[in-house]
Amino acid sequence: MQVHDMENAGRTQTFLTARRAGLVACRGCGAVHAKGVGACRRCGGTLSSRDAGSLQRVWAWLFAGLIAYVPANLYPMLVTTTFGKTRESTIVGGVIELVEHGSWGVAAIVFAASVVIPIGKFITIAYLALSTRIPVTIRGHGRQRLYEIVEFIGRWSMIDVFVVAILSALVQLNFVVTVNPGIAAVSFALSVAFTMLSAQNVDPRLLWDAYEADDT
Amino acid sequence: MTSDLRTEAVPDAGMGLVACPVCDVLHRDAELAVGARARCRRCGTLLFAPRRSAMTQIVMLAATASVLMVAAVFFPFLELQAGGLSRQSSVFDAVMAFSKGMMLPLSVAVGALIVVLPFARLCAIAYALAPMVFGWAPPAHAAPAMRWAEAMRPWAMAEIFITGVAVALVKVAGLAKVTAGPAFWAFAALVLVTVLKDNLMCKFTIWKTLEERRPS
Ligand SMILES: [Zn+2]
Ligand SMILES: [Zn+2]
Repeated sequence: MQVHDMENAGRTQTFLTARRAGLVACRGCGAVHAKGVGACRRCGGTLSSRDAGSLQRVWAWLFAGLIAYVPANLYPMLVTTTFGKTRESTIVGGVIELVEHGSWGVAAIVFAASVVIPIGKFITIAYLALSTRIPVTIRGHGRQRLYEIVEFIGRWSMIDVFVVAILSALVQLNFVVTVNPGIAAVSFALSVAFTMLSAQNVDPRLLWDAYEADDT
Repeated sequence: MTSDLRTEAVPDAGMGLVACPVCDVLHRDAELAVGARARCRRCGTLLFAPRRSAMTQIVMLAATASVLMVAAVFFPFLELQAGGLSRQSSVFDAVMAFSKGMMLPLSVAVGALIVVLPFARLCAIAYALAPMVFGWAPPAHAAPAMRWAEAMRPWAMAEIFITGVAVALVKVAGLAKVTAGPAFWAFAALVLVTVLKDNLMCKFTIWKTLEERRPS
């Protein structure tokens, strides 16, 4: 294989894709096959030139993620009992508490992981899915970057569920203070999982196909 | 119709080619020098990065990480002390934090994300690649094991869990004294080793080697 320099960057038509060559590529191992072959000869994975149903699954999981995100914010995430007095705190409530204690750094991390990233992900996935249908302003490499960010960062939202798990396991000092998980932890975990599934169903080759079509 | 007939007539169509998994652009698949890196010339995705004795290192790191995982689950993880009271908790306690009542499925999910899936992935990789270290043929079902390990990669969240522990520690730092047990260090080391291993693993090179060594 040759590693070409980027002299042709920007002129997408100069690149020959497996599909235009009448071939099908395996996304798992890179092996290229004749059209119509069902399973990859190298890794045994299922082959598809472009995953036709993928967009539908992207939207379905995305809506499931959005719906699960609503109760995640309305119900308590943590239930703290101090000397018999019980206090429930939601995601945003927990962030406000941290700010009141002056822990700005942790408040920023928790706010980013449980509010900024989930909402940013919903918007980004919807944008990428739309970009395969209608022309959008961000170009091929920018869309690629967005896709990589969503894939990389999405799973990190689960950190909030783990923090709740650790606090509940650790802070169990009988009468003094106990921390227990709230029901929002379940819907938040579901929301993160659904959004991850949505992002995994994005076929990045469709993003590049659409970019080529815009460019001509 | 004619084009279909033509591709059907060439069973080894696509041999000697490799396609970018992200944008589908075809590249010639030539032998690369050890230490070289080949990127897709359109989108820049890393395609091949062969290294000297990569297989040996991957298998050793995977074995190390799985031993550390066993230690991390069974040794005490964290100890909380406040006002004469103390509480020890293990990774297992964190998993069981949601085991009361309706949230039980979340306990199962957390256990899968932070212990079962990371551990099973390490075992699958070690199983598929260990015979290759000795120059033997890959074991039976090596391909499905590797495919499964790749598919589960986003769901193995050990590194997110350990970051969650750090956040939880900051949250309780003002209220109580927390000491890290041996399991904490085992878990942190396991995360480092896993990240190192994942960076060494060049997916496409591994699949090519598995195919070359497969008894026909
Ligand atoms: Zn394949
Ligand atoms: Zn590419």
